Amino acid sequence: MLTKRIIPCLDIKDGRTVKGVNFVELRDAGDPVELAKIYSDEGADELVFLDITATVDKRKTLAELVTKVAKAITIPFTVGGGISTVEDVKFLLNAGADKISINSAAVNNPGVIDQMAREFGSQCIVVAIDTRDLDGIDFVHTHGGRKATLLKTQAWAQEVADRGAGEILLTSMDHDGTKAGFANELLAEISSALSIPVIASGGAGTMQHFKDVFTFGKADAALAASIFHFKEIGIPELKRYLSDSEISIRK
Amino acid sequence: MKTAVIKYNSGNVQSVLYALERLGADAILTDDPEEIRSADHVIFPGQGEASTAMNYLKGRKLDQLIRDIKQPFLGVCLGLQLLCEHSEENDTECLGIFPVKVKRFIPENSQEFKVPHVGWNELENLADDPLLKDLPDSRFLYYVHSFYAELSEATIASTHYIHDFTAILHRDNYWAIQAHPEKSSTVGEKLLANFLSL
Repeated sequence: MLTKRIIPCLDIKDGRTVKGVNFVELRDAGDPVELAKIYSDEGADELVFLDITATVDKRKTLAELVTKVAKAITIPFTVGGGISTVEDVKFLLNAGADKISINSAAVNNPGVIDQMAREFGSQCIVVAIDTRDLDGIDFVHTHGGRKATLLKTQAWAQEVADRGAGEILLTSMDHDGTKAGFANELLAEISSALSIPVIASGGAGTMQHFKDVFTFGKADAALAASIFHFKEIGIPELKRYLSDSEISIRK
Repeated sequence: MKTAVIKYNSGNVQSVLYALERLGADAILTDDPEEIRSADHVIFPGQGEASTAMNYLKGRKLDQLIRDIKQPFLGVCLGLQLLCEHSEENDTECLGIFPVKVKRFIPENSQEFKVPHVGWNELENLADDPLLKDLPDSRFLYYVHSFYAELSEATIASTHYIHDFTAILHRDNYWAIQAHPEKSSTVGEKLLANFLSL
């Protein structure tokens, strides 16, 4: 049976992990490779690296990091952050990334999704969508959720799927950081309407939230950052809990 | 001991090379017929679309080379599908090593079953085969595919998604894995290590 995926997300700046990470066994808390290996060994199903480095010349540092990670871990990983062209994608895939994630570039130029999917195959193109509720309607946002667009989230999700995205990473900016649970209603609506997998992001605070996002939210995978980094929830205990709750999980 | 990874126009094979490196294998990425013929093991990876890949192989006469290989040969993902007889993906005649047809997943209920089949799924119905020797108890592999090989006499392990399909094939000196062993944690590593010791 196909299992639901648990995906830790690491923020990267200049080749280092940014957000505080609270692992006693880490010799170097800023080393993404060491952290990636720990997550991989603990049973994470995939990893996402989000590069928040602003400048283009730092891209080389990112590619070097991607290669180090690819050599070290035995699970798939996605690289996102500032990717806008087919050349960017080629560069990172050649460095060893399994998938790339695009966000603003897709909003600004939707045709780039078709181009990337044609060139590299849908399986490695993840489209990240940041969404926020404005007076009861869900709108796509860019710039880390600060800038509203005129795109309605449900329609945009359908469009990116039609254009050849392999997966959608849906982050609810209303839920992100609240630790009050995922945006299950919106996730279920989108996941049910699409034939491609949906990764839920934003709002994870308890193990029950993961169970809820897989049942009520109909998500195929769930992503979280700080609750894993600060060991509020350990991946082995989360997987045991989900397995005991009759959720299909890789053991 | 040398392992040749066949270079052709199909997706990113870097992760296969890294996995072989982790196992200490002396691996090269090559489309040179002599290097492929003289290797101790040959790996045929791949992601992408079947007809484009077949045309490329034919254009460089790699199709006949693959049919003539005598040493242990391993197809991975699209590599498995291309070793079969025919693929529904753009109605493509494939290499015909395995007398098996490749079909598209058609979900009865698209809300429950999405296509592609993406994520970790379990190996089942394992045959007694050297490739499957001493696998860990947890037998989940990472899959990404929209087409599958039907169950056949050459099937040595299956996986269930919508219905049972072929996870691993074996016939003579040819093996093939639908999942990505290079991205499938300890189980995937064991499969690759078993292949390298054939």
